[in-house]
Amino acid sequence: MRRRRRALTYCCRPCLALGTLAPLLLSQPLAADEMPKRGGTLTYLIPADAPPSFDAHKESTFATVHGFAPFYSQLIRINPDNPASTTDIVCDLCTGMAQTDGGTTWTFTLRQGVKFHDGTPLTAADVAASFNMIAFPPQGVLSPRVASFLMVDKIEATDPQTVVFRLKFPTAAFLPATASPFNWIYEKAILDKDPHWYEKNVMGSGPFKFVGYETGQSVKGERNPDYYDPKLPYLDGFVAIYADKEATRVAAIRSDRAALELRGMPPSGRDELTGALGDQIAVQEGDWDVGSAVTVNHEKKPFDDVRVRRALSLAVDRWGGAPPLSKIAIVQTVGGLVFPGSPLAATKAELEQMAGYWPDIEKSRAEARRLLKEAGAENLSFELLNRNVDQPYKYVGTWLIDQWSKIGLRVTQKMVPTALWFDSMRNGDFSVVVEAPGYGIVNPVIDIQKFLPAALAGENYARYEDKHAVELYEALLHETDPAKQRAAMRAFDIYMLDIQAHAMFVLWWHRIVPYRSYLKGFKIAPTHFINMDLARLWLDK
Amino acid sequence: MTIAAPTPTGTAVFADDRIPPRGVVASTIRFVRRQPVGSIGIVLVALFGFAGLFADFLAPYNPTANDFTAMTEAPSWAHWLGTDQLGRDILSRILFGARTAFVVGLTSALVGGFSGLVLGVGSAYFGGRIDLVLQRLLDILMSFPLIIMALAVVSIFGTGVHNVIAAITIPLIPRCARVVRSSALAIREVPYVDAARALGFSHSRIILAHMVPNVVAPFLIMLTSFVGQAILAEASLSYLGLGVQEPVAAWGLMLQGGAEEYASTAPWIAVFPGLAIMLTVFGINLFGDALRDVLDPKLRER
Repeated sequence: MRRRRRALTYCCRPCLALGTLAPLLLSQPLAADEMPKRGGTLTYLIPADAPPSFDAHKESTFATVHGFAPFYSQLIRINPDNPASTTDIVCDLCTGMAQTDGGTTWTFTLRQGVKFHDGTPLTAADVAASFNMIAFPPQGVLSPRVASFLMVDKIEATDPQTVVFRLKFPTAAFLPATASPFNWIYEKAILDKDPHWYEKNVMGSGPFKFVGYETGQSVKGERNPDYYDPKLPYLDGFVAIYADKEATRVAAIRSDRAALELRGMPPSGRDELTGALGDQIAVQEGDWDVGSAVTVNHEKKPFDDVRVRRALSLAVDRWGGAPPLSKIAIVQTVGGLVFPGSPLAATKAELEQMAGYWPDIEKSRAEARRLLKEAGAENLSFELLNRNVDQPYKYVGTWLIDQWSKIGLRVTQKMVPTALWFDSMRNGDFSVVVEAPGYGIVNPVIDIQKFLPAALAGENYARYEDKHAVELYEALLHETDPAKQRAAMRAFDIYMLDIQAHAMFVLWWHRIVPYRSYLKGFKIAPTHFINMDLARLWLDK
Repeated sequence: MTIAAPTPTGTAVFADDRIPPRGVVASTIRFVRRQPVGSIGIVLVALFGFAGLFADFLAPYNPTANDFTAMTEAPSWAHWLGTDQLGRDILSRILFGARTAFVVGLTSALVGGFSGLVLGVGSAYFGGRIDLVLQRLLDILMSFPLIIMALAVVSIFGTGVHNVIAAITIPLIPRCARVVRSSALAIREVPYVDAARALGFSHSRIILAHMVPNVVAPFLIMLTSFVGQAILAEASLSYLGLGVQEPVAAWGLMLQGGAEEYASTAPWIAVFPGLAIMLTVFGINLFGDALRDVLDPKLRER
């Protein structure tokens, strides 16, 4: 018995030891061979032709963020070591944040000694000026995220190290809105002089200093020796190359002219790279808080008629199209306005009740034809504006045209460069456009603001006004009970996608990032906007 | 013996000595025997022209219809040339693509060629300041390579079939005008043009009746080469995403995007449209060479 006990003890001792040590071992940040190495220049690809401007306060595209985020800091952000989280929000420029007055006052204390790249100290005045430019843009300054700060009453710098946000009402949507990866901190003195300066110039406090930009070609940055975290960044510099062709990007990674593209590749790109390079390529995949949507300009006839808008949605076989399209494009999941998987998202059964999501596509198309006939738009022909980017814009646009042809619509496609695409949407110079609502942070209550009436949402290019939609949203925004908030979200979804068909969501994306395995520190996130400052990336070669 | 009226070239021909005209069949046989390579060119051009013209009847499938049950299928009995990544039948898209290629190619070549003809002959005939100004303008236009000029025009006016035609036509005009002018300058000095002027013929009559017929040979040769150049330019523009747009069937467009992505796994997506472009332009060039041989008196007798 004693022998048996001893044997058991001997047998279990290592197990116990291992069990005790395992959490410790796992919690060790990195193994010896995984210790970050300093040095080297990272070359990566941006799948766009050129950014419309360098100003993230104004823009909503990765073409701006991927090239210029390394030059900037933020007040708060999603934890760069845990980017998959949708709630792990941590300080970047701040050292602490606190809420008082029942959640209507948020106070942020800033780091000491942070400098812009020109040597100017970064103070609370710069932070307040940047957020005021985003939340309360002056006349003539575009800010697509005004609606994200509907809850904010006032932003002020109470002393050089303290920024205070005073809210109109407490809401959980505030922190994610503030942590948006588009909220770069600019220099107040520059903004005061010219609020458009940042559209064509760079001056931040981020881990990299701006070296140069060749129009539509590349962006170069070098390590900022005065970055507030002396350990970071690991890289000496980076070169971001704009390459809008999928084949070019795959070839560049395959030939090791670039280590990765940070946005995401279709399955064909992943398969080609892994097939050719084996373990020299690592892959990370995940759901993507971006989707393909169709925006209809309500100011253009006959799209002011809800019957025509509903017909456009009813014609599209989302359930039938998603599986095959996911094999060739970066789209995958059928969904409504809310990121699938979120507790606020519609279930499949709920989706199937809405126009455009009916399981019987023939019945759906018959209804679409009836609506078009009733609206006198049976032989409607129009031009679909689209972005000249293969993935997934061209695929989705071409597929939609085929879908609409099945109810007798004659649609041509006009693919234009990114800047022109944005200009056309902003100027209302289109009838129907393929868009990709993409969000910096998964936060459905904020995300759906993109679809609010144009007066509230600078990014809504549908150009409509609808008081009831605003009322539905207000109810949703103020609701703190999860069950009631979900019900409010469902009501908003149904009103926007079905009853009024103000918006038309097509498919949510799936993010696949193949990259050279010598690149370390990359962690995939559900959006391709966060964690783009490159500070934690390093090269193991 | 009767004496015929003087021809524009000023030489009298004795009617009885004329070679009796040949029939169409005899002329064709003679052409094929003398220009076997050119005949192959004509056959190729005719085949693709016929395909484009009757694509509605020849194409087995709708060229724009997606078929997700047949994505990237290799050539088979159901799809002779395979399918692309959206399941569209490549043969059908090539047949309809021929229509796009010939519409753009022929329209650009004809409009560009005839505009160049008018400008070239007019410039040579009037001479002086008109010639000077026109030639300098043409110099400016010709200083840009065809594709660069076409890119600039598309960038300004946008994409689409009509704009692509305009984009290709504009750079063709000075090229034609310059060659035609050099031929017309020689014609302007010949005695029968002086005689026509002395008789008080109008400018338009002298240009149309006496000068244009004498520059037709180089003009026609150039016209054929323009068709090939225009088809290539259209394919290049479409490949760059600046020509016709999806889902229109166009050969250059078929080489773009998916064709590049699937070059290693589904090569037929790129190979067949590429072959169509190559064979058509090759055929047009062979035909142009043969036409030059036929129309050039020095080469005709060889």
